[in-house]
Amino acid sequence: MAKVLVVDDEPNIVLSLEFLMQQAGFEVETAEDGVTALAKVEAAPPDLILLDISLPGISGFDVLEQLRQEPLYARLPIIMLTAHGREVEKEKGLALGADDYVTKPFSTQALVEKVQALLAEGT
Amino acid sequence: MRTDPLVLTVAFGYLALLFVIAAWGDRRAEQGRSVIGSPTVYALSIAVYCTAWTFYGSVGRAAEFGPSFLLIYLGPTLAMLLAPLLIRKMVRIASTQRITSIADFISARYGKSSSLGALVALIALICTTPYIALQLKAITLSHAVLVNYPQPPELSLAEEAFWIDKSFWVALVLAVFIILFGTRHLDASERHEGMVAAIAFESLVKLVAFLTVGIFVVFVLFNGPADLFRQVADTPELVSALSLEAVPGGAVGWVGTLVLAFLTFLTLPRQFQVLVVENVDERHLTRASWLFPLYLVAINLFVIPIAMAGVLLPMGNSDPDSLVLTLPLAAGMDGIPLLVFIGGLSAATSMVIVETIALSTMVSNQLVMPLLLRSKHLHLSSQGELAGWLLGIRRIAIVLILLMGYLYHALIGDSYSLVTIGLVSFVGASQFAPAMLIGMYWRGATRLGASLGLLAGFVVWFYTLLLPGFAQSGWLDDTFLTQGPFGLEWLRPYMLFGLDGFDIYSHALLWSMLVNAGLLVGVSLFTRQTPVEQTQAALFTEAMNPGLQNTPLWRGQTTRGELKSLLNRYLGAGATARILAEPQGEKSDDSPAPPVLIARAEQALSGALGSASARVLINSVVRGEALDLESILSILDTTSQTLEYNRSLEQKSNELARIGEELRAANERLRELDRLKDEFVAMVSHELRTPLTSIRAFAEILRDGKDLPEEKRVHFLEVVVLESQRLSRLIEEILDLARLEGGRLTLNPQPIDLVALTRQSVNAVHHLQQERGVTLEVVLDFEQAPVVGDPDRLEQVIINLLDNASKFADSEEPKVRLHLSRHRKHFRLSVEDNGPGIGPAERERVFEKFHQIKLYGETLGRPRGSGLGLPISRGIVTHLGGKLWASDAPALKGACLVMELPCAD
Repeated sequence: MAKVLVVDDEPNIVLSLEFLMQQAGFEVETAEDGVTALAKVEAAPPDLILLDISLPGISGFDVLEQLRQEPLYARLPIIMLTAHGREVEKEKGLALGADDYVTKPFSTQALVEKVQALLAEGT
Repeated sequence: MRTDPLVLTVAFGYLALLFVIAAWGDRRAEQGRSVIGSPTVYALSIAVYCTAWTFYGSVGRAAEFGPSFLLIYLGPTLAMLLAPLLIRKMVRIASTQRITSIADFISARYGKSSSLGALVALIALICTTPYIALQLKAITLSHAVLVNYPQPPELSLAEEAFWIDKSFWVALVLAVFIILFGTRHLDASERHEGMVAAIAFESLVKLVAFLTVGIFVVFVLFNGPADLFRQVADTPELVSALSLEAVPGGAVGWVGTLVLAFLTFLTLPRQFQVLVVENVDERHLTRASWLFPLYLVAINLFVIPIAMAGVLLPMGNSDPDSLVLTLPLAAGMDGIPLLVFIGGLSAATSMVIVETIALSTMVSNQLVMPLLLRSKHLHLSSQGELAGWLLGIRRIAIVLILLMGYLYHALIGDSYSLVTIGLVSFVGASQFAPAMLIGMYWRGATRLGASLGLLAGFVVWFYTLLLPGFAQSGWLDDTFLTQGPFGLEWLRPYMLFGLDGFDIYSHALLWSMLVNAGLLVGVSLFTRQTPVEQTQAALFTEAMNPGLQNTPLWRGQTTRGELKSLLNRYLGAGATARILAEPQGEKSDDSPAPPVLIARAEQALSGALGSASARVLINSVVRGEALDLESILSILDTTSQTLEYNRSLEQKSNELARIGEELRAANERLRELDRLKDEFVAMVSHELRTPLTSIRAFAEILRDGKDLPEEKRVHFLEVVVLESQRLSRLIEEILDLARLEGGRLTLNPQPIDLVALTRQSVNAVHHLQQERGVTLEVVLDFEQAPVVGDPDRLEQVIINLLDNASKFADSEEPKVRLHLSRHRKHFRLSVEDNGPGIGPAERERVFEKFHQIKLYGETLGRPRGSGLGLPISRGIVTHLGGKLWASDAPALKGACLVMELPCAD
């Protein structure tokens, strides 16, 4: 069973994502900030990460950058989540090596499909 | 050597050379390639100041009175140093008004008055005749010394027949010479370029001659200056004779001679001629102002050494005035004495030439022409070609002036030394100074004042200097000198009103100047000027005002034809065509002449006839008047208005620059605001999207998941409701903030009790606090705290502060303390918590929009604020005249926010 790590500092959003992923048949880990997220990846690498950009402490971009620098996680599928709808951020995320980019509020169905597609690609 | 024929040949040869130079100068001027367009030539021509009196007399005076002769040169030096101020204005006036002489200058200043011009011309004639006599005497004497040495000079005087007298022939030869190159032609400008070139050449010759004899005396007769001065030091009486105390009249004599030399440097007819009339470019004054003083230094360098040598060496009873000649003669030289003779001849002839030309111009323009023009019998003004008349008058005047000089020399010249004659002339010529100088700077000086001052000054001069001179020559009974006329002692000419202790020149200068200037000012204060006089006074005093340049001052009417025939009569056809030539081509003779043309015609006539006569002539053809004072003043006003306008333009442009600066700053501020607004919109969007994300996600989950367990369904619905509430609150806050910043927040201020309001707010949050387990301590120092405020908004603020505090309080054992106290005229409501506190650097930033203190780990799992509560609270409190800030927590050591409102009691 594929494992998805959900990183967001809004408890209710984490709650909804956790439910959605579980419903889609994935194992779910959660983290409320970047440092925790990196620690959890290190402890048990997930198959995919849903990563919010605005996090307390280090930002989602920082997390993405650090992960991509390590060869081990260079190809780990990562979907960025953001409440900022600006195009620059999307480009920055993609440039840093994000696999996809989802703007809040998102369509739950579309998100689930994206996660499934990325995981299918990997196998 | 030194035979009469040889000396005469040399002298005539020299005069012929001068004539060639003058003719060459005139030719070049006609071809438009002026030889005198150089400041150096101008400065050399001014050196006409150094006459035979300088050349022979300085040594004589130094031998007798020590260094006092230097004062005669210090005065002009002073005047030249002031040239940029004083002489420049004279030159400017003279060139715009086409002034021909000092008499013309003074006449023009006082309303182009013929009578005043005539008076000045007469006085100039009387004062300078002795001076011309002096030059004739010098030439004759030097010739006699040269030819007869070592015998004393044989002086043929008037006892014998005048045709044996060499001075007579000298005068006659000079008359012919001056007529030849002083009155060759008559043009619009009374300038004599050839003459100026010859004069400048003569200045060089006399300088070279004097330096040669000086060097000869110091280095050949003595072994250099050291030897000479040592020998002088060994002769005590010579030392004292050469000290400063030897100046006659002491300190007063010093000042008197200095002032006298200063004034006459400007007013002597020949000085005025070369300085002002012959000046071709006023910029030449700049170089002349130091070059001419330098010339004076050079020519005076050897005066004292020569005088010393004359006293030291056994020269017999040789005349001190002839020392420059007798010293080299005694040494057996032949060439140097001849050179000295030529130098002296240069000095004398240059003076005589310029002086005679200046005087003859005055005589023809100021004395004869006005009379002829007014004489009804002659009808001269309506006759044909008159230029010939003018030249004729001048030629006759030249001969008469020189003959007068000769007569003076022959009759009384011998009773005075060179210096004395010179100084008498000086004091006489200085009488023009008040009328000229005061008239240039004081608009109020009137014609009557100037005339009376001049006349009185002249009379005083005549009485205190000239008459005693005649008496000493034996023409008059000289008892009035010692006892006063009719036994009235206070009228003694050398001690007027008992004034004693002055040398006779300072004495005469003081009294004549006092009377002259006193009457000029005094009478002017009580007389009125005619319109023409007012106009001229304005033109003179404002000469440096740029607004007056090239202003046509006629507004009468005449035709071109009339002007043309008028000019034809006086200046000839060639000059007339040149003067009336117009750039736009010829116009018909019947067309009206524009004011510029009338003014040009008047200027041209002034140049030939003097301003007074020119005015009469122009008036005879122009119907109407010249500009009156009002028009002149309006021209001046226009100028000052232009200046004013320029000033205001400058102010405006400064203002524009300032406004531009402000605009740039405002633009900068707007850009910054725009950037902040973008940021704000982005943050608002972010904040709104966050609850919306949860709402949509759960709504879709609920929609899609028909078979959700009941508890999950309820939980998710609860989340949707809470997030919706959060969203509404957020929107409410954003709107509040927008209203606050746009100044549209409607407050409803009324007297309220802050204590009651605080209790009410505490009750409102009580439930929530209890739920969170927060211990709330409320300390109210008094029972009532009247303030003015909007109760709803203030409650919002207090609740917000309490809410914030409980959020940031310690997570294990949260404590919040509210304290209401009084601080002078304010109530202070402070809310503190026992949380981590706010660092000093963060204290202002918590009031920024959407600022959230992201304390890792501390704020997790707690309800988060929007980041707008504190900015809104501060806005409200500020609107109510209070303050809101963050400080140290006095009791709980966490964060503390303080609200301060003014007391209403």
